[in-house]
Amino acid sequence: MVKINGKEENAAGKTLAAYLSEAGYDASRVAVERNESIVAKKDYGSTVLRDGDNIEIVRFVGGG
Amino acid sequence: MGAIPSKEEWFRALAKKQGEALQKRIADTSVAVCGCGGLGSNIAVTLARAGVGRLILIDFDTVDITNLHRQQFKANQIGLAKAAALKENLAEIAPYTAVTAHTRRLDESNIVALTGGADIICEAFDKAENKAALVNTVLTELPDTWLVAAAGMAGDGPANDIITRRVTKRFYLCGDGVSDIGDSLCLLPSRVQLCAAHQAHAVLRIIAGAYDC
Repeated sequence: MVKINGKEENAAGKTLAAYLSEAGYDASRVAVERNESIVAKKDYGSTVLRDGDNIEIVRFVGGG
Repeated sequence: MGAIPSKEEWFRALAKKQGEALQKRIADTSVAVCGCGGLGSNIAVTLARAGVGRLILIDFDTVDITNLHRQQFKANQIGLAKAAALKENLAEIAPYTAVTAHTRRLDESNIVALTGGADIICEAFDKAENKAALVNTVLTELPDTWLVAAAGMAGDGPANDIITRRVTKRFYLCGDGVSDIGDSLCLLPSRVQLCAAHQAHAVLRIIAGAYDC
């Protein structure tokens, strides 16, 4: 299981890009930390989620 | 016009309110405010009043009449570059804060150079994509810099939905996380200022060494 924003999800084996797309995130509006390290945008397609990973997806919305 | 107090009098007055040890730390801190609109102009005024030693203001835009209900500009500043106009206002409010103003559009290529080695960076942009780009760049290229960003302060929702969250060690996020101006929500000055106050407060707590939210 992969912990994503505090919730255990059955996402091991998926790429980060695939997970974001399936979960309805716009990749140009997020920042993703994996085990406390930022994942560079260019690595979303090659980053494979693993059992035990702790993923934080921060979604930005407009206004300021 | 009254006489401007001396730098020493200014420091004493701040130390009386905020404590001398903390005041020294605040005066030794530099903060880059990226975006000088509803969030950034309010963050900058609060931090200047608190005695932050150095502020770097960055915004490409000019003051519009529709900005005046929530941004720290005056009616006679419509049309001026926001960063320069804010610098002018801060000089009147808090003359001993050193302010650098950049009228430039921030992007991945100039973020590191324009934020100039600031101890703390505040993300105060308007568009979600620009917010994400700044946050991704700072977290990737400036991992030792503290970052205080914002998401979600549009609309007329409750004040108490605006929160501060420590996402990772040096990265804080303020706002309700969901209220998107793109969803045709209204924009109320009080709610934008609440979020700006959360950001400024996060900055002061980081300076104080209090890292919880």
